[in-house]
Amino acid sequence: MEGQPALAVDLHDVLIRFGDFTAVKSMNLQVGDTEFVAVVGPTGCGKSTILNTVTGLLKPASGDVRIFGRPLTGLNDQSGYMLQQEGLLPWKTAQDNVGLGLVFQGKSVEQARAQARPWLAKVGLKGFEERYPHQLSGGQRKRVAMAQTLIMEPRIVLMDEPFSALDVHTRRLMHRILLDLWQAERRSLIFITHDLDEAITLADRVVVMSAGPASRMVGEVKITLPRPRDVSALQTTDEFVALYREIWSLLGSEVEKSYATQN
Amino acid sequence: MPRRTKVVVAQVAIVLALLLTWELGVRSGVIDSFFFPAPSTLVGRIKEWMSTADFWTDVGTTLVETILSFIVGIAIGTALGIWLGLNPFTADVVQPFIKIFNAIPRILLGPIFVIWFGLGLTSKVALGVTLVLFVAFFNTFQGVREVNPVVLANARLLRASKSSLLRHVYLPSATTWILSSLRVSVGMAVMGAVVAEYLGSSAGLGHLIAQAEGVLDATGVFAGIIVLSAFVVALDAVVDRAEKRLLVWRPPAAHET
Repeated sequence: MEGQPALAVDLHDVLIRFGDFTAVKSMNLQVGDTEFVAVVGPTGCGKSTILNTVTGLLKPASGDVRIFGRPLTGLNDQSGYMLQQEGLLPWKTAQDNVGLGLVFQGKSVEQARAQARPWLAKVGLKGFEERYPHQLSGGQRKRVAMAQTLIMEPRIVLMDEPFSALDVHTRRLMHRILLDLWQAERRSLIFITHDLDEAITLADRVVVMSAGPASRMVGEVKITLPRPRDVSALQTTDEFVALYREIWSLLGSEVEKSYATQN
Repeated sequence: MPRRTKVVVAQVAIVLALLLTWELGVRSGVIDSFFFPAPSTLVGRIKEWMSTADFWTDVGTTLVETILSFIVGIAIGTALGIWLGLNPFTADVVQPFIKIFNAIPRILLGPIFVIWFGLGLTSKVALGVTLVLFVAFFNTFQGVREVNPVVLANARLLRASKSSLLRHVYLPSATTWILSSLRVSVGMAVMGAVVAEYLGSSAGLGHLIAQAEGVLDATGVFAGIIVLSAFVVALDAVVDRAEKRLLVWRPPAAHET
């Protein structure tokens, strides 16, 4: 990767502080264009802090944040952010929620709807255009939220434990949809999770963070599993198990450390 | 028999029993008809009124006053609620003043409004507005403050401008609160109009009642009260329909009673 100007995200020696509390220290994270990176770490290690830094919501106390080679000033206009809890507007239908960002951009409601409908179809919600969020299941709401983020065609997609509240089967379905969409239109993706299975299933590379405070990157593992991946068959392969062990050898001690500081 | 029918039957039975006891009590002389005129007398009076043009002018006057107080009160209350809801500093500063204003028994402002605005429409609307305004204000304020932070964060991440946030997030959120208080607001608007009429006016249902009271005509007062109740029930039905239409997006359990 080094030497190529096309790095989508380049965090170099980033330090994030909240008052006296150091959340993230000497963080280095490079994400290539169209690369899918998963970030795992023990709870409270500042995973979300990294996303907020990439979005431009947080300014590092020191260090360098570059987006496609350019230093980040203000908000990052290349990124789309999918939050852990979906923030759909309960008074808007599924299609109006998907088109929300377009309306914010100044497009007319009709234009936004026309663009939103194919996106609902892409996430498997054709026929649900007129449903309100309360008429959708948890997994369906996640898909609306995913379409809402992706319709803006961000070059960098940030996802903060988006599927953590779902049951295992629904989560698998979401993985399949996400991988299909990503495969069809490759974007850079930073995916925060605490679920190792999820990280290995989805990503090109898994980055492991140390326990907080002052967390940093302790290692990374390239996921060599071939693509396109079969989400349901993947987990039982020897290769998958080997990768799981390798990442756990990095992560396990950090998780123990985080328990030790909490108790 | 379905439960719903049973409930209605029980309700009708209670009303009939009450009216019958009342009617029989008056006819047998147990109840003094000077203080409690018989239901049949009241029906007769209302029928008589309905055949006169003056009565309909009174109803029309009160209706116009009610609607005007309602609209103006909601408009001012909502604007104030949004403004203060979005400006916590200003809200903290003016909070005690609002509390003081709200603590004034609004009915007592009636006489001052009559002095300021005369016997016509304006003094009635002014009183109604002071009553509706606070209901609308408190609910809007609450609605703006209690916007789900995740929804707000998400809208911001989708690059919503300030005016977009107001239009797509804050206002709809406040609307649900305003709508849920609509019934109270309508009641307040009617109360403002009628009380102001009662205090001094030349037309309206309050005026009708005041006139009957002036000649110790209990029949007129009772009949006026019945007409007013019917008036409020009719407005309530309109509000109910508006609410159902505007809150289709809500989960049914939340506003089913």
